[in-house]
Amino acid sequence: MNYTDRLKKVSVLGAAGKMGSGILLLTSMEMADQMLQDRSLSLELWAIDLAPEGLRGLMKYLRSQVLKAAEKKTVWLRKMYADRQDLVENGEIIQAYVDEVLALVNTSTHISDAWGSTLVFEAIKEDPAVKVPVLKEIAEKGGGNTWFFTNTSSIPIHRLDSEAGMSGSIIGFHFYNPPAVQKLVELIPCRNTKQELTDFANQYAKNLRKVVVPSNDHAGFIGNGHFMRDALFAIKKAEKLAETMSLQEAIWVVNRVSQDFLLRPMGIFQLIDYVGIDVVVYIMQVMNPFLPDEDLHSPFLDKLLAKGIRGGQFSDGSQKDGFFKYEKGKPVAMVNPLTGTYDPVGPINDATSGKIGELPLQLAWKEVNFSASKASQLSQFYAALKGMTTWGAELAKEYGVTSRKIGELLVNSGVAHSAADVNKVLETGFYHAYGPINEYFN
Amino acid sequence: MSNLRRKVYMTGGYNTVSLGTGRKEFNPKKPRPGLEHYIKEAGQGCLSQIGGAAHVDECVIGNFMAARFNRQANLAGFFPMIDPGLRYKAATRVEGACASGGLALTAGIRSVLAESAEVVLVMGVEVQNTVKAIYGADILAGAGWYPDRKNGHAYFFPGQFSNRAGAYFEKYGRENTRKGMARWFRYMVENARTCPTAQEFHNTVADLDALGLTEPDGRSFVDYLNVFDCSKVSDGASAIAVVSEEGLKRLGLTAKDAIEVVAWAQVEEDITQPPVDPTEVSTIKEAVKQALKRAGITMEQVATVETHDCFTIAAVMAIEAMGLARPGKGADFILDGHTARSGHIPFNTTGGLIGWGHPVGATGVHQAVTIWEQLTGKAGASQVKIDPARPYGMTVNMGGDDKTVVSIIYK
Repeated sequence: MNYTDRLKKVSVLGAAGKMGSGILLLTSMEMADQMLQDRSLSLELWAIDLAPEGLRGLMKYLRSQVLKAAEKKTVWLRKMYADRQDLVENGEIIQAYVDEVLALVNTSTHISDAWGSTLVFEAIKEDPAVKVPVLKEIAEKGGGNTWFFTNTSSIPIHRLDSEAGMSGSIIGFHFYNPPAVQKLVELIPCRNTKQELTDFANQYAKNLRKVVVPSNDHAGFIGNGHFMRDALFAIKKAEKLAETMSLQEAIWVVNRVSQDFLLRPMGIFQLIDYVGIDVVVYIMQVMNPFLPDEDLHSPFLDKLLAKGIRGGQFSDGSQKDGFFKYEKGKPVAMVNPLTGTYDPVGPINDATSGKIGELPLQLAWKEVNFSASKASQLSQFYAALKGMTTWGAELAKEYGVTSRKIGELLVNSGVAHSAADVNKVLETGFYHAYGPINEYFN
Repeated sequence: MSNLRRKVYMTGGYNTVSLGTGRKEFNPKKPRPGLEHYIKEAGQGCLSQIGGAAHVDECVIGNFMAARFNRQANLAGFFPMIDPGLRYKAATRVEGACASGGLALTAGIRSVLAESAEVVLVMGVEVQNTVKAIYGADILAGAGWYPDRKNGHAYFFPGQFSNRAGAYFEKYGRENTRKGMARWFRYMVENARTCPTAQEFHNTVADLDALGLTEPDGRSFVDYLNVFDCSKVSDGASAIAVVSEEGLKRLGLTAKDAIEVVAWAQVEEDITQPPVDPTEVSTIKEAVKQALKRAGITMEQVATVETHDCFTIAAVMAIEAMGLARPGKGADFILDGHTARSGHIPFNTTGGLIGWGHPVGATGVHQAVTIWEQLTGKAGASQVKIDPARPYGMTVNMGGDDKTVVSIIYK
């Protein structure tokens, strides 16, 4: 079976979800592009989701996103439509492509429509109890001919393989959110995964112009392997600091230090909000049983969840209230974890700024991350930090050292193949200016 | 054509801002002023310098594609909106692609020469940010021959001039030419930084040469040009009064407030044919030759030039067409600093199409306004030194791929 044979019938499960819709978008365009290059191909794509209203929204999303993508690849599309004399202007060619992509997509609320697929993308609830029966059903009906990409970010692939009886027809293909924008894909074959499937997955990722980082099949893989431990450290640190200041102030301090001193795009508590407090708690629950030497669990997050504070995003991409309330993407108010009410961040910042102290150099993530002289900016910044003894600087060093230890743990415990892979995941999947395994925090 | 039978002057020039990417106030996601805003601002800006609409006999406006960018034709109808004093006066809209502004000027000059008007309000306008660049490319492609569109590039005109650049590289060498093109880009942005209405006025990039040398990428754009080799998408309008001697008196102005049109040439080439030689702009060459001949001067007497640098390679070829450098040596002429604001013959002193901006229909008029500012000492921070022994200024305005060209010589 060659590459395009494998795309004969593709199904995306959970297609109306945040990840599923992005996967559907990328896959529909890849399939349409293959058909443009070989007009004899006949490929079909199924967008399957239990929520019919979600599927209607999905088609709207798809139309607007394919249009945007087509506007960016018109140079190529003109070549592909060179033989269509009726299509002259860019506008006509772009519209023809949008129509062609949308015509590929069938929507359905029935799992049975995925039966007989050559390829299935699974992006449903991050819960083995939900995933396993669905995968099992489709695998059985497919008579061993269906290959599966699972977008799980935490469940070990071998567990899905054995519980759903897939005999190695599955691989972890972990997109980052949003899949259409984020370059990174963590590719996780389990010990059973067929080599042809891994090869196909690499080819598919390459066609989508994704950066692939292979990860070994350990719960959480590289991305969440770092993030969950990093988050847990931050929470515990804040709880400790709360012995000498209010809990709100302590959370604010850790958030600011993790952003401003570590030169990250957002503070650690903002990142937890972005992913969703509920999702973080859930991922920890999934990972924890596989980590006998650690306890990846935060009673503090449990308490927030119990108060209904969940974070995450609305379908338009705006941020729900979590640790913070946001306006135009910036935190403006902060939760009081004891009461569940929100207070403006201004006074909290004023009360803690003096204690945190100055940055080593006036530099922010956005000035560093895209800069041509990033390496020298980073060395100067962290050389200056090294010589500082302010309270904020000491906290930053402790944070940086911990992040590095987490990175090293991922390599030493066999999750990641190399330090470079760990760094690549954090740099491309989390937009960190530098990877955790570095020389800045020796 | 012999010497002009009457003296013709220009005065009261005015430019709106050239709005588009690069300007701090530009936000593609927010509503922007429409066509009428620019026409009104530029028209009133000129009228206020010439004593009001009562002095105007006739109006001409140059515009390329408002019918598609703005769903608006019949632009002559906007003159009475500028000022009720223009109601019931003769008004005309002219079109010649990117030379529409130049054609508006020559239409005004003709009216004065024909003695049907003593004062003509001449304007040019284009508002292009109404569509994304990829769709704007379709609209601008109308400046070429329509059957060529199908096999043309997604970015049609960048594609045409990229092909010219490719042919030029092959004939004369790539590396040095690209350096010359990058240097042109740098000079244009540096000049634009002196002019508050310029689109690149807010540009703060330190190493412009390096930016100009960005490697072209044919997968996302064209093969032989990068985006810095190209003028941007702009909204803007320009206006100037074309007047007779009597008209000047009517306005209460003297010749020192004005520039005199010494000679002009308007030249057309067959739009259905490809360039005779892609490495030269032969229609520009012909227009400049005719204009110089009618003026009875040589390029050596020209103090400053406004040339149509829709693409950096067009500037390189225009320099050669003017006879300032031998074929293949245009890039050296730029690299030697001759066209810089401190050079022997400063070009495009407010940034030209690449630096000031290219609201297509306004460009020809904007060139006239810049020459008027320079030769009357009104150019402010953009002012270059004009040697009294070389008192002439020249403009070259091109429509399509070297098809419609207007060249005017002033003093």
